[in-house]
Amino acid sequence: MTKVAMKVNGRQVSGEVEGRTLLVHFLRENLGLTGTHVGCDTTQCGACTIHMNGQAVKACTILAAQAEGTDIVTIEGIATGGELHPMQAAFKQHHGLQCGFCTPGMIMASIDIVNRHGSDLDEQTVRHELEGNICRCTGYHNIVKAVLAAAGAQEQRQAAE
Amino acid sequence: MKPAAFDYLQAATLDEALDALHEAGGDARVIAGGQSLVPMLNMRLARPAVLVDIMRIEALQKIERSGGDILIGAGVRQAKLEAWPDLVDRLPLVAMALPWLGHVQTRARGTVCGSLAHADPSAELPLSLIALRGSVHLRTKRKKRTVSAEDFFLGMMATDLAEGEMIEAVSFPARADGTGYGFNEIGRRHGDFAITAVAAVMTEHSASIAIAGVDDRPRRFDVPLPGNSGLDDALNEIAWDLNARDDIHASARYRRELVRRLGRRTIEEAAACLA
Repeated sequence: MTKVAMKVNGRQVSGEVEGRTLLVHFLRENLGLTGTHVGCDTTQCGACTIHMNGQAVKACTILAAQAEGTDIVTIEGIATGGELHPMQAAFKQHHGLQCGFCTPGMIMASIDIVNRHGSDLDEQTVRHELEGNICRCTGYHNIVKAVLAAAGAQEQRQAAE
Repeated sequence: MKPAAFDYLQAATLDEALDALHEAGGDARVIAGGQSLVPMLNMRLARPAVLVDIMRIEALQKIERSGGDILIGAGVRQAKLEAWPDLVDRLPLVAMALPWLGHVQTRARGTVCGSLAHADPSAELPLSLIALRGSVHLRTKRKKRTVSAEDFFLGMMATDLAEGEMIEAVSFPARADGTGYGFNEIGRRHGDFAITAVAAVMTEHSASIAIAGVDDRPRRFDVPLPGNSGLDDALNEIAWDLNARDDIHASARYRRELVRRLGRRTIEEAAACLA
C-alpha cells in the first residue's frame, strides 16, 4: 500500500491505496466523488475527464499514486455555493445532454477549452478539441452550442471579478 | 481493480530508477505519462511486477539543442513539446504530427519518449523519428548506448530496449535550411490510431517518405522528386513492398491505395513548403 495526498476541490485529502489503484477509483470509491464517471478505462471516451494542476486529463489512465501532490478539480468542485458554473448553466440552457453519462467529462473538457482559448473560440475548435469525449445521445450539436455560449459567459465572469 | 497488482516506485533520481530496473530485470516497466501503458494494464495485456515512475526526475525534463539535433528527455510530455516556442521553426514535421496524436487530455499526460517505447505501428511520433532519421538514447545501470530509429523499432510494439534498460532521451534532427516537410493521416476518427499516416521530407535534390499504420513498424523510403514521372511507380512499389494486412479498420488493398494517394499528396505538400 502507498500513502497518497493531494488537493481535491480545494480540500487536502489523503488515503492508502494499492499501486494499481486508478485515480478515478480513488476519487469515486475512497472520496465518494462519483460525479467523475468511468466509461472505457482506456482514455478514449473522456467520461472521466478532470482537471489536474489546471489541465484536463483522463482519470482512468492515471494511477492514484501518480497524482501525489497534485491539485485536482472534479465536476463536484466547479459550482460556487448553490450557483452552477457558467458551463453547467449553458449545458442546461442549451440542452447539451440527454442521458447525462458523458456530461461531467464533457463539462470538465469544455471548461479547459474555454480556459485556453477564451471568448474567441470558434465552432471548429470546439468540435476538434472535444474529440476526446464521446457522447452517444446528443449528436454533439447542443454541446457545441453550450460551449460557445459559455465561452462568452465565462469571459464576462472573469472580467467582473 | 482494473490492472493486475504491481509494486509502484516513484524514482527521485535517474540512478534510483536504473537501480530499480536492474534489480527487477524483465519484470519491471518504466511508467512515464502512462497514456499507452495504463490502458494496457487496465486490459491486463501488460502485467509487470514493478512499475518505475520516472516523471519526478528533474534531469529527464529537458528540451535542448545538441549540435544539429533537438534532444527531448524521457520526462517531456507531448503537451510541453507542443507548447515549446521553437517547435515550428526547429521541428516543423513534429509540429505537423503532434495535433494528430490522441486528444488534448492524453497529450497533457503522455510523453514523447513513452510513445516511442510503446512502438505502436501506426503512431505519429515513431513515424516522425523514422522520417527524420533520429535516434534514441538508451541507458541501463551499467552502460549507455544510442540506437538509430531504424534499429530501434523492431516490429509491432517491439523495440530494441533490453532488460533493465530505459529510454533517457530522443534526438530529433532539427530542420535544415532548404528542407520541406509534409504530414498526412487517415483514421476512422481524428485522434484514433491511424489507418495510414505519411511523413515526407524534401530538399531540392532528394525526397523521402515514411509510412505508418501499414507494416508492423514505421518505414522510410527514398523516392523520386515530385516532378519526376517515376514517382507514381515508386509509390506503387512501396505500397506492395509494405506488408499490408486486412484488419477490422481497413483492408490491405485500401491501405495500399492510401500509400499511393496520400504519399503523392504529402510529397507535393513538402515540395510546396520547400518553395
